[in-house]
Amino acid sequence: MTTTSLAAEAAPSPRTESAGMPPVRSKSRIDPTYYWMVVPVLALFAFFITLPALVGVFFSLTNYAGYGDWKFIGLSNYVNIFKDPAVLQSYIFTFVFALTTTVVVNIVALAIALGLNAKIKWRTGIRTVFFIPMVLSALIVSFVFNYLFSNTLPVLAERFGLTPLATSVLANENLAWLAIVLVTVWQAAPGATIIYLAGLQSVPAEVYEAADLDGAGSFRQFLSLTLPLILGYLVINVILGFKGFLGTYEIIVGLTGGGPGMATQSVAMRIFSGFTGGDYAYQMANAVIYFLITLLISVIQLRLIQRRGVSL
Amino acid sequence: MTASTHPETMAGAAAPAQKAPARKPPAGKSRRSGREGYRINWWLTALMLVASLTVLLPLYFTVAMALKTPEQIGTGTGLAWPSPMNWENFAAAYVATNFPRAFMSTVFVTVFSVLGSLACSSLVAYAIARNWNHRFFRGSFVYLLSAMFIPFPVIILPLIKQTALLGLDNPAGVVFLHVLGGISFNALLYIAFVRSIPVELEESARMDGATTWQVFRKIIFPLLAPMNATVGIFAFLGSWNDFLLPQMMIADPALQTLPVVQMLFQGEFNTNYSLAFASYLMAMAPTLVVYILAQRWVLSGVMRGAVK
Repeated sequence: MTTTSLAAEAAPSPRTESAGMPPVRSKSRIDPTYYWMVVPVLALFAFFITLPALVGVFFSLTNYAGYGDWKFIGLSNYVNIFKDPAVLQSYIFTFVFALTTTVVVNIVALAIALGLNAKIKWRTGIRTVFFIPMVLSALIVSFVFNYLFSNTLPVLAERFGLTPLATSVLANENLAWLAIVLVTVWQAAPGATIIYLAGLQSVPAEVYEAADLDGAGSFRQFLSLTLPLILGYLVINVILGFKGFLGTYEIIVGLTGGGPGMATQSVAMRIFSGFTGGDYAYQMANAVIYFLITLLISVIQLRLIQRRGVSL
Repeated sequence: MTASTHPETMAGAAAPAQKAPARKPPAGKSRRSGREGYRINWWLTALMLVASLTVLLPLYFTVAMALKTPEQIGTGTGLAWPSPMNWENFAAAYVATNFPRAFMSTVFVTVFSVLGSLACSSLVAYAIARNWNHRFFRGSFVYLLSAMFIPFPVIILPLIKQTALLGLDNPAGVVFLHVLGGISFNALLYIAFVRSIPVELEESARMDGATTWQVFRKIIFPLLAPMNATVGIFAFLGSWNDFLLPQMMIADPALQTLPVVQMLFQGEFNTNYSLAFASYLMAMAPTLVVYILAQRWVLSGVMRGAVK
């Protein structure tokens, strides 16, 4: 399992082509400089990205604790993971969270994009404000919201007599995840808004003029014109968003640290715990399962894209 | 350092290509007829202003908190503006977090991540795009793209071991990972762009005896300016704000980056909020200032990256 074999396997050498391939220009001589531009990066890439992935898959078949001796134990880690309620809970949390966040982010982002695209005063200034969250560190933002949720909100709630909110939502097992959704939306909406803005600007003005002549109202125009015409951008947003939210880490660290109890522990956090918790191999098996699930989702989503004829 | 050099390169680089996002005719929905000109929708403006408070309020709150004394924080919601303002928090936070060191560490990671991303991704993309018919280069492209499908948690555990073994459990190791981790996406952006550059531009230089390196350095790289700006902005934001990699990889606490250092204030016994918020503000300020000064270029760059 060496670096060179990895690179060679993934990027087949020119010699292996022979039968059946149409004779493209591949036979003509290539300036060696081009190889110098690619091969070192490929080697580093294989060493720092691919090799750890393969090493991890290998150790997922052992009982390695992260230190000391280990032996090969086959698939028992995988079997155990399927029986582990804590892991199951983290998957349920992660998926419910990612689904909810994807829906909310897209609704919010589309609304902001429509607003920014319309004829409003001070458009540049308002736009500048709306994109600020994009440039801030998610962790620090979460720390700020942490205080708002656990100190400011309860005091305000008490003042207005809203007793259910008078204690910190972050300490509430059933509500803490909503706080995480909210901060994630705050942080992620600008990125999605940018994509929607690009979509809205690609719609020619003429179609709206035609719709106006036909007497369609604003809402009708949105449903029958805008939405279908920017569907491709919606698909991109859903894909990018959902995959990203499955890996949420920083915002949870900043808000709840996975708590209360384990109510808001995401799969990523579980996997990272393998480094301190002594169950390295076990969490590597978890990581492999997580990888297969995200891969499956990506493939399904790519299929959907291709059917829609959208180019990424 | 970053704050001063980066916006300039961004600005200079992006300026020629700056056109699309802001100046396009608005295709909003509330248009009566094209002839009436620019009829401002005041209702919507008001609505957007109110909505923008969701962004501004947390920021206001951060600033207000950073300027309070512990006594002022003890009462109320924290939303009141402090009077008198307590500027000493910044000095105290500066000392508590060893700000200069964390700042330099972050600057180191950011500068080299940006430079590395620009250099590696553009080189790889150029070689691949110009030899697209060759199996090796096409295969390399597919291979590099594969990283897009590997979620980070999958490689992190073995990676930490590996970097520790190599003595790369420091900011330099983080730079490596930023550059290599971003190559899939960055190369994708660059390749599309290189394809749009006609080969004829290079041929005359080659006639005059320029090598491939010289062609790249003197002709291609400058022409890539808009993409350089885009990739640079993404690399800058990504590495400046990154928490996961430094937290996991950097073993020596003295070399930690700014976002990770903020964990300091999360301890059970630490309830000095004014200090914490002053520190948060100091960590957020550089990107915030860069963004507000260069928002046109940042947004157009991100836009270019987003829709590719």
